[in-house]
Amino acid sequence: METYYNPADLAKFGKIGDFDKALADKFFSYYNEVFKEGALTAREKSLIALAVSHTVQCPYCIDAYTTDTLEKGCTEEQLMEAVHVAAAIRGGASLVHGVQMMNHTKKVMM
Amino acid sequence: MKSLKASGHPFSISTLQLEHLHAHRSDQFTDRMADAGLHPLKPTRIEIFQINVGKMCNQTCKHCHVDAGPDRKEIMTRETLQRCLDILATHDIPTIDITGGAPEMNPHFRWFVEEAARLGKHIIDRCNLTILLANPKYYDLPQFLAKHRVEVVSSLPHYTAVRTDRQRGDGVFEKSIQAMRMLNEAGYGQEGTGLELNLVYNPTGAILPGPQQELEADFKRHLLSEHGVYFNKLYVITNMPISRFLDFLVVSGNYETYMQKLIDAFNPSAAMGVMCRNTLSIGWDGTLYDCDFNQMLDIKIQDAPVHIDHFDLDALTNRSIVVDQHCYGCTAGLGSSCGGQVV
Repeated sequence: METYYNPADLAKFGKIGDFDKALADKFFSYYNEVFKEGALTAREKSLIALAVSHTVQCPYCIDAYTTDTLEKGCTEEQLMEAVHVAAAIRGGASLVHGVQMMNHTKKVMM
Repeated sequence: MKSLKASGHPFSISTLQLEHLHAHRSDQFTDRMADAGLHPLKPTRIEIFQINVGKMCNQTCKHCHVDAGPDRKEIMTRETLQRCLDILATHDIPTIDITGGAPEMNPHFRWFVEEAARLGKHIIDRCNLTILLANPKYYDLPQFLAKHRVEVVSSLPHYTAVRTDRQRGDGVFEKSIQAMRMLNEAGYGQEGTGLELNLVYNPTGAILPGPQQELEADFKRHLLSEHGVYFNKLYVITNMPISRFLDFLVVSGNYETYMQKLIDAFNPSAAMGVMCRNTLSIGWDGTLYDCDFNQMLDIKIQDAPVHIDHFDLDALTNRSIVVDQHCYGCTAGLGSSCGGQVV
């Protein structure tokens, strides 16, 4: 069955360089640098990536960073907590606009 | 749960496992080793005699490469064990690594350890922990092992019960913790005693293991704070795509991805340090192999007599080690061996 997302495409990510090698090289070089151990540990960065993957709703990223966090020694509980962080921020981002709604309501209503 | 052999599973036949590993794959392990200047792979020196004293075990773990379990009856005889001792007495091979199954279920285990200790060798018992509680006759094993200064190496796939039990069976985690307490009480894992209790972590699924140092810190923190038990080192190993783990990979639809992951992670530095270069594996019937994985795939050594009765150290030291597609498991990432990561 043909679908928009194909799990096998994740492994072909590097092939974006076929159409523009210079930009792809710059991107992957930057990407690899970002995820290196730094002020944050590689494990912490991976958990952030997992949470962001859910926020941007990228199925490739979710598969990749689920595996990556597990490989870095995270537990299922930690993975789910990261997803809840993403959900809380997404939910909060909607809800905080409720203040704008309230401000506008107060302005236009008697 | 039955062993693959007892349930008549096709993967209980080693040739069918190898056929599966060879199918649809152009990335030949021998080519990668040749590119790394490591083909043919030669031993450095035989330092470890890894003796598989039998496939009988009180557990039936889902990932077991031996396909061990209570229904396996293959056990090394006293005569073969004596033959090993005779060789060890006359050759400079410093370490004896006793594995199984559950090695302690071999009726000659204690006699063998006593004799091996008399030779002044370093002895390792690959103990599954729960055997210490399986029968009253094993209750004093911690004291026995401590008396003979045996290093205990025990699988504990995770510091949480849910992950450990998923791989090793319901209730195994709790029993493993009790067994660790017994070993700690006998002096194991305590600073200054010299009695080493080392744990083995392997992933509970189709993923590669993370860095040993980080995982060891996690294990130590959780096991001490949540259960009050301690150990010396954590050996991190990769699951080999053979036997029950191969079956899991195929049934769960993870086989292709996992193999590709191992292939992509091929590391020449890890390949340099693979354990088959300093270890000789002896099967329950005295047959010689390059490693315990080759043993389970029935890939015998080449270029030297294949049975302990015709042991020839010179020929063994100069032989070429037999490698195949499953060897990608030992060379991926930070590498994998019975002593943990190699890089």
